[in-house]
Amino acid sequence: MTANSATAAHGDGHAHGGGHHYTSLGLDNRKIAIWTFIGSECMLFASLISTYLVYKGRSPAGPYPHEAWTNPATGEVFKPILNIPVTSASTFVLLMSSLAMVLALAAVQNKNLPKHTFGERVLGSSKLWLWMTALLGITFLGFQAYEFTSFVHEGLSIRTNLFGSSFFTLTGFHGAHVTAGVLWLFTLLAIDYKRGLTPADSLLVDICALYWHFVDVVWIAIFTLLYLIK
Amino acid sequence: MADHAHAHDAHAQHEEHPTWSTYWKVALILTIITAVEVSAYYIPAWENSWVYVPSMLIMSAVKFVIVVMYYMHLKYDHKLFRALFTGPLIVATLTLIGLLFLFSKLVLRLGIIS
Amino acid sequence: MATIAAAPPYTQAKAAPADTGLWSWLTTVDHKRIGALYLITGLFFFVVGGLEAAVIRAQLAVPNANVVSAEMYNQLFTMHGTTMIFLAVMPLSAAFFNFLIPLQIGARDVAFPRLNAFSYWIYLLGGIYITVPIFFSVAPDGGWFGYAPLSTKAYSPQINMDFWVLGLQILGISSLAAGFNFITTIINMRAPGMSLMRMPIFTWMSFVVQFLVVLAFPVITIALVFLQFDRFFGTNFYTVAKGADPLLWQHLFWVFGHPEVYILILPAFGLVSEVLPTFSRKPLFGYPVMVYSGILIGFLGFGVWAHHMFSVGMGPIADSVFSLATMLIAIPTGVKIFNWMATMWGGQIRFTVAMKFAIALVGMFTIGGISGVMHSSPPADLQQTDTYFIVAHFHYVLFGGSVFGLFAGMYYYFPKITGRFLSEKLGNWHFWVSFIGMNLTFFPMHFSGLLGMPRRYYQYDAGQGIELFNMASSIGTLILIIGTLFGLINVFKSWKGGKLASSNPWGAATIEWSIPSPPPEYNFAELPQIKSRYPLWNMKEGEPLVHETTYEEEKDLHIPTTKETGIVMPNPSIWPLITATGIVVMFCGLMFMEKNATLAVAIMVGGTAWWVGSLYKWLFTPLEDHH
Repeated sequence: MTANSATAAHGDGHAHGGGHHYTSLGLDNRKIAIWTFIGSECMLFASLISTYLVYKGRSPAGPYPHEAWTNPATGEVFKPILNIPVTSASTFVLLMSSLAMVLALAAVQNKNLPKHTFGERVLGSSKLWLWMTALLGITFLGFQAYEFTSFVHEGLSIRTNLFGSSFFTLTGFHGAHVTAGVLWLFTLLAIDYKRGLTPADSLLVDICALYWHFVDVVWIAIFTLLYLIK
Repeated sequence: MADHAHAHDAHAQHEEHPTWSTYWKVALILTIITAVEVSAYYIPAWENSWVYVPSMLIMSAVKFVIVVMYYMHLKYDHKLFRALFTGPLIVATLTLIGLLFLFSKLVLRLGIIS
Repeated sequence: MATIAAAPPYTQAKAAPADTGLWSWLTTVDHKRIGALYLITGLFFFVVGGLEAAVIRAQLAVPNANVVSAEMYNQLFTMHGTTMIFLAVMPLSAAFFNFLIPLQIGARDVAFPRLNAFSYWIYLLGGIYITVPIFFSVAPDGGWFGYAPLSTKAYSPQINMDFWVLGLQILGISSLAAGFNFITTIINMRAPGMSLMRMPIFTWMSFVVQFLVVLAFPVITIALVFLQFDRFFGTNFYTVAKGADPLLWQHLFWVFGHPEVYILILPAFGLVSEVLPTFSRKPLFGYPVMVYSGILIGFLGFGVWAHHMFSVGMGPIADSVFSLATMLIAIPTGVKIFNWMATMWGGQIRFTVAMKFAIALVGMFTIGGISGVMHSSPPADLQQTDTYFIVAHFHYVLFGGSVFGLFAGMYYYFPKITGRFLSEKLGNWHFWVSFIGMNLTFFPMHFSGLLGMPRRYYQYDAGQGIELFNMASSIGTLILIIGTLFGLINVFKSWKGGKLASSNPWGAATIEWSIPSPPPEYNFAELPQIKSRYPLWNMKEGEPLVHETTYEEEKDLHIPTTKETGIVMPNPSIWPLITATGIVVMFCGLMFMEKNATLAVAIMVGGTAWWVGSLYKWLFTPLEDHH
């Protein structure tokens, strides 16, 4: 203890000598940080989405998202670029990945609860649900890769026109965020295999989950604004 | 599940969380709404009408809100997180709307001035 | 009696037993040291920016001069703005965020000490990256605001603007990381009893600033990404021939740019709000109003951006909306001025150098605010925009405001940071010469501006009635240089040789003054219990307000070392620096894209592997030893 502890003033049980992990709100710093980060990302994606919407319909030359276009110089016909059925499938995949993520978190939080039935053991396997989330995420990325390459094949690259530039940049940024999330999930899986994720690790999984859901939620906005609204 | 407002408990993090059934239900609603949205795209009467865009926005907003409230737990967590999210969300939304107006993507016909 | 747990006055620490070598600085995660690093680096870049201004003013001293070419002139005014904003004023504010915030809220460090170090290192590296080019005459030359399409490859084909685009991305990372850090710190690490409405005003203003940072910087990040992609990958965001709107850049930039100017001024406002009460021996007048006005300025600041674009033809509705919002934002700002004056009214004023700088801010910012409100009228602004009238406005608020406020903070907090006072004598020279120099430099610009002198022109003809004003500004600049020199010499001499200071030499009220000067590594031996806004002041009638400590009374008291207290502090770490370096390498790779795409990709991939690997090491190394 300090040489001058005559002055020691104790608040509640936390503010003593070490006083080290005292917090004003009883919350974990990392959770506050991730929500702040998510708030910041709202502005990032809002700027990207705004630009896409501002530039909608302003490319003098196609191809275009929802309508066919004939190149007046060459006579080449380009079909509407966006493929709603395929993207609907990938959207569904991403939404289900959020379900898997939420189950993964629950599995970690409830690690120490007894599991009797097969169903309980399935629900309670953190590795299973982390794998599911990661695989669904990779599937989504696979869909995106397929989409991007087929668009390029059909005549739309990032340089072709405003639509190409704004579309690929926006969805590319989103895809990069998903990729980072998948890496994060694999890191959690590695920890789970190495030493096991326990309820004490809930926060680590929680912040990954918050990030993952946010990326999903951004896609909800993108899918509606870019794909479903002409 | 009981949802109680827990303010400053510096000791325990007493969070309620949803049960499995809530999670499945949310997933089901997400699926159904997505199916409805995509179907709307293919129903010309709906897709060409003026309700299309508002209905799409509303359905997406519902999906957005249920993911945020339930999957991201905002409904059950400390009020701070709600503030940390909705503040920036409002600024982002207003900025987006402002830019749309400035680039004449959104127009209010006021009749008096152009 | 004092409402804080009566902390015994500690002595000023002798040279800390901890390491003082280079490695200890490269690996430090101590917010106080990081604050000192920001202070020194910020002052260095302030000099660089000042020298750039000096050459500009040498060029403009007489009509049609040829001190520099037009091309170099473009680089000079671009780098002057970029340096002053991103490399000088913001980091000097960061010096105070770092040093003060944990001390003011009663914490031992920030929420994420290694992230804090990372913010500094990536700022330093980014600053070097964006400054070195001028020595090779390839500095950014498109204005600090880099308007596209001018900044696109079509009109700026050389490498200059590549440095700008990438340099700002790097610097943005620094600010964003710090934003997340301080928001978390202020929300979650306040000492018991310190409710938000008991926080010192500097911490409050900093809190608002961090929100501005995390919300505004993503927007410029995207604007820069678009420019980057246009320049390196051939996208079309700013290519008018492909249908792009020449205003997209301006809108995105100013959505960031306007909150940025509040980022630049609010910390100085916060520092002044600390200095004035102490040297008036009176509590700050209208504390809640000062808090709410700060919040309102922050929020409204997102709604006024297009007032930078009144001349582009947005139409009467847009012009009116932004004009109205701009006039509105003058209200909370003006309220602060009145509250500061009311704080001083009837107080026992002590004219220390810190106080002089603080009072000067109140006056100079008011002048800058008056010209600012004149710009808020679009028709009036059509005459003023792109003239020296605007230059006058923003230098009054940035130099007379931000810089003077930062100097006030520097004189006030130097004893706390270093344990030694800055010399009041040199400080008075610093203040008066700077005050005269600043006004002589910038006041005439109101006149040359209204007479039509355009911004960013490297020459002007004789016979337009602006020669006298330009000469005055150039002479003023020389005087300002001398004034600043006094300040720098003061810092240099006092760092190791100034008069020794005690814990609370000024008789201040807030808890950073209850611990030794300089503070021990752990800041507070016991977490303080806060019961009021002015914990060290005794508000009872008839009793002395506060005890101003002296070195004599404290010099023999023992300050326990970290080990003696048993407090566990975070371990130093090299990973923040290594991660920062990897990120900069990754960005550097992009610069080769045109010349040698394979090399570019290789460097970018290598850089990415570098920083991702380093990040994993960082994350998997525990912050502190197990206890």
